[in-house]
Amino acid sequence: MSTVQMRNLQKRYENGFEAVPGLDLEIHDGEFLVLVGPSGCGKSTVLRMVAGLEDISGGELLIDDVVVNSMGPQQRDIAMVFQSYALYPNMTVAANIGFAMKLRKTDKAEIAAKVAEVAELLELTAVLDRKPGQLSGGQRQRVAMGRAIVRNPKLFLMDEPLSNLDAKLRVQTRAEISKLQRRLGVTTMYVTHDQIEAMTMGDRVAVLRAGVLMQCASPSELYDSPENLFVAQFIGSPSMNVVRGSVAVGDDDTIELKFGGQSIQLTGESAARLKGLRSYDGREVAVGIRSETIGGDGTASIEVGVDLVEMLGSELLVHCTVDAPSVRAVDTGVELSDRVDSTIIASVDPRHPVKAGERVRLGVDTLRLHTFDLVTGDSIGRTQ
Amino acid sequence: MRLQLVNAAEHVSVVNWPFDQPLQEWTIDNLREVTGLHRHVVRMVAGPIAYVVKELPDPLAEREWRLLRELAEAGLPTAEVVGVVTGRSNSEGLLITRHLEFSLPYRTLLSRSGIGIPYLGQRMLDALAGLLVQLHLAGFYWGDCSLSNTLFRRDAGALAAYIIDVETGESHEKLSDGQRRLDILIATENVIGGLLDLQAAGSLADGIDPVETALAIEHSYNQLWLELTGVDEFNADETFRVDQRLRRLHELGFDAAELELVSTEDGERLRLVPRVVEHGFHAHRLRNLTGIHAGENQARRLLNDISRYRAVLEQRSGKKIKEVIAADHWLEERFDRALAGIPPELSGKLDAAELYHQVLEHRWFLSERAGGDVGMEETVSSYVSNVLAHAPAEQIVTPTPDDWPTDE
Repeated sequence: MSTVQMRNLQKRYENGFEAVPGLDLEIHDGEFLVLVGPSGCGKSTVLRMVAGLEDISGGELLIDDVVVNSMGPQQRDIAMVFQSYALYPNMTVAANIGFAMKLRKTDKAEIAAKVAEVAELLELTAVLDRKPGQLSGGQRQRVAMGRAIVRNPKLFLMDEPLSNLDAKLRVQTRAEISKLQRRLGVTTMYVTHDQIEAMTMGDRVAVLRAGVLMQCASPSELYDSPENLFVAQFIGSPSMNVVRGSVAVGDDDTIELKFGGQSIQLTGESAARLKGLRSYDGREVAVGIRSETIGGDGTASIEVGVDLVEMLGSELLVHCTVDAPSVRAVDTGVELSDRVDSTIIASVDPRHPVKAGERVRLGVDTLRLHTFDLVTGDSIGRTQ
Repeated sequence: MRLQLVNAAEHVSVVNWPFDQPLQEWTIDNLREVTGLHRHVVRMVAGPIAYVVKELPDPLAEREWRLLRELAEAGLPTAEVVGVVTGRSNSEGLLITRHLEFSLPYRTLLSRSGIGIPYLGQRMLDALAGLLVQLHLAGFYWGDCSLSNTLFRRDAGALAAYIIDVETGESHEKLSDGQRRLDILIATENVIGGLLDLQAAGSLADGIDPVETALAIEHSYNQLWLELTGVDEFNADETFRVDQRLRRLHELGFDAAELELVSTEDGERLRLVPRVVEHGFHAHRLRNLTGIHAGENQARRLLNDISRYRAVLEQRSGKKIKEVIAADHWLEERFDRALAGIPPELSGKLDAAELYHQVLEHRWFLSERAGGDVGMEETVSSYVSNVLAHAPAEQIVTPTPDDWPTDE
């Protein structure tokens, strides 16, 4: 069982590029931590520093409380999973799982015992004497995983392991990896650019932007309580709708959010939830509304023009125009659109027919609204 | 759909292939299955130019296309990339490479008799370790170095290795020690896997120990890496050591395009650091002198033969003869004449430089037996009837099901 601690971990290249300016992150014993972010955000660099593939420019990396900055990959006892998917067709499943142990001159009895143990974990005991050609697709994947597991590493590292699989196999393998990691309880660090992969697999998800940790939390916390605009828009599909609005605080403790001629009144619990907005009275903020919180029942509503309706079976995705400029998180901070209107997406119950070209009024769940500072992109919530 | 083609005039036949169909369903003439450890569907299209076509998702096809071109531009031994097709209806791209002529897949090399390369296991791992070193010097991390991702070519009694699958590769300015170490570790594991699999199939040539062969890769790699990149320190009056170091690099087939010589802090000693080291010292020299494309060992062998021939010419004429003039005469009088003595139906079995090397080997063997020099004409005639006529053709070799016994 293992832990990983990154203390002000830094990576600077010879050309001066600072890929990771200083990262503080901890992976708990047995945890499945997913590092996610857009291309070039430094997530693979972090994983490679943990693996010993990139020299560390500053800070400390500890595995099991031991500083490993200057240790090579082999000394760190780490398994990079899915380096190769190749299974050897003439070797039995048992030999495919255990052959690499011969390199360490492990004796036959020990190899057999270890292979049996791994096969049990992977539910492959019944097929140990078969050859890969006699296995199902799922069994083959598990044999490939067995090759990594049999080494009994302290830590699994996976860098976009599913990226070269087709969509169906990707979903299957995703589930296999999650199930197996939970059964084995091996501390795992997994890198992906795919937020759906991150949200479905990780115990916690660390979101990176330009080498900076934006938030590390459980998938539900990231989704429900993003600490900043970047996380709010990166996590979730469709992405969170965010428009520019203003705040007016009433004498009766109500808060009014105004955008593009629309107004949303926050009272009671919804006003208390966003009490930080009181210090923004008269100022502009970014207002974030997830698609599923528009179009259902709500204590407030907005009027929109419907541009396009997509029928997805369980929901209707309604693309509508609102008369307020959009706000977007970018690598350098917050970008304000210079257009006066923007498109937002609402997820509507398909039993409530909506047609393109109509103007409709959609309910808004004010208990699930988000607001962000227009300059810093930080969430404005209970504490401000 | 988008087809990007390099040297379109040379590869115009490619345009007529049925790119709208999945590769598995192609029925064009001369299509062959390529048996092996493939993650994707792979086929060969034989013909005047033989091609290898691999089907893989668009982004991976594009990436591999880019990486293979980068490797080729850097002069590294790899498959020649011909084209890439993306945007097909199934979102699976196609990567088209030119089949590396006279290359031998490891399964053929290790499981078929008649290949006749002594110390085969050692030669293979030396070639593989040498390839890894070359890639690492150029900042390329392979990530999946294995026997099945490599092709081997004869190289005057040794083997030269070519990287043909770079799906997991990464191109960097410079590799860290950690990246290099992991690449060696992966190579070691993959090699033992490949050899044990052959052994399980009963196809592994005698005398090759999978574990010892695989473990020797790291040693071979480290030795070469140290020789190529290690720092020499010597007294200021020992500058001949620079020449010594250069000669050692040349003997290994490398050349230093850039050396750095700096004085130590106390100013009394000099430190020599090879900065830009490139492989192919002899091959470049031979190509410049004669236009012959050859492997590094073949080139060394042919250059030695040119030197000997030059000495004979100088002795005959009683004057110094420039190397380039001697090479010109050698090409006409020795190389071309020897190859002209090989019947056309047999000359395609091996590439020209390898044929000539084998003729020289055969001449040495005949001369030793005869106790005196045997002429070239007699040598060629004996080589053709006693060696080449019985040797397998190697212009296009793909593993056959016999090389790949499996109950899949």
